[in-house]
Amino acid sequence: MTDTIPTTTTPVEAAPRRPIRWSMIALWLAVIAILAVLAWGLLNATAGRPEVGQAAPDFTVEFFNGYEWDARPVADLSDMRGRPVVLNFWASWCVECRYETDVLEQTWLKYRDDGVVFLGVAYADVEPNSIAYMKEFGVTFPHAPDLGTDISQDYEITGVPETFFIDKDGVIRHVQIGAVDEQLLDTIIPQMLAE
Amino acid sequence: MTKLRKKSHFRWLFLALLLALLPAAVYAQAEPITDDEVNEVAQDVYCPVCESTPLDVCPTAACADWRELIRTKLSEGQSRDEILEYFARQYGDGVLANPPRRGASLVILWILPLLLVLVGLLLFSRLLRGLRRPTAAAPPPRPKSTTGDPALDDYISRVEKEVDE
Repeated sequence: MTDTIPTTTTPVEAAPRRPIRWSMIALWLAVIAILAVLAWGLLNATAGRPEVGQAAPDFTVEFFNGYEWDARPVADLSDMRGRPVVLNFWASWCVECRYETDVLEQTWLKYRDDGVVFLGVAYADVEPNSIAYMKEFGVTFPHAPDLGTDISQDYEITGVPETFFIDKDGVIRHVQIGAVDEQLLDTIIPQMLAE
Repeated sequence: MTKLRKKSHFRWLFLALLLALLPAAVYAQAEPITDDEVNEVAQDVYCPVCESTPLDVCPTAACADWRELIRTKLSEGQSRDEILEYFARQYGDGVLANPPRRGASLVILWILPLLLVLVGLLLFSRLLRGLRRPTAAAPPPRPKSTTGDPALDDYISRVEKEVDE
């Protein structure tokens, strides 16, 4: 004899639908937004300073009147790809910059026909003071203000003067914190040109 | 005739008055901007070189240049807001003590704290609602055990009382 389990055929009652809890949705959205902002901040904080061997961050510069590059009032670093770039951060109030400005100008005159780009970026400087400084030293290579301090922030400079040597492929080959001298310039620039 | 003469006198008087006031107006224009006026704007700008140092108390050469720039702009008749706007455009929002409500500043300084407060309020309200909700019904009292023996019943009830305590 087999026992049979009686089956019920009563219809299953539909479970009552839970109302949408807007407060919970808002709560989760807020939590996600907060986490997203924190992650963004963390990524920015850990992005770090571009080091030797890494690609130089691209930027746009608006040159000082009379100090343009390739007769352009505005240019991107990427426009200079294929040429070595000597990117020099300076300021008219910077005492140490005074030791290197002449050297930079002389080296620029020496290598300009080889296709090297010298680019001076005035950091946190007052424009009339920058222009007066360039005139005082008789500078002729391209110069631009660091508008919004965007470039110095991207390169995370430690101060001025600071010089980044960027090769033809847009890769940083050397970073000089403090004033550059003739020997350093005459070592690195020919190396970048030879590649 | 006398009327005309009177009019002419009046004109001369008016011209003389204008001439007398002119130097005062010119002097007012050329009046040098005081350090206090410069510092009133400078205190809302941070030094680009030293971190978290307002421009009005910073001793660096960069800040001295910036203070002179403020003085020049004030003497040109620019307002405080126009000067601060210039500094933000030229050197970035980061140099302002009170960054404008736009871009990342808007998100980090305004929207994020507001969101945090809202989340906190929501969590707090949920916590309060949870506290107010009646707790699960208390278990029904155990039936008094009766063994039929009054002495044993008395003993059991005393033990239960002690256990409950």
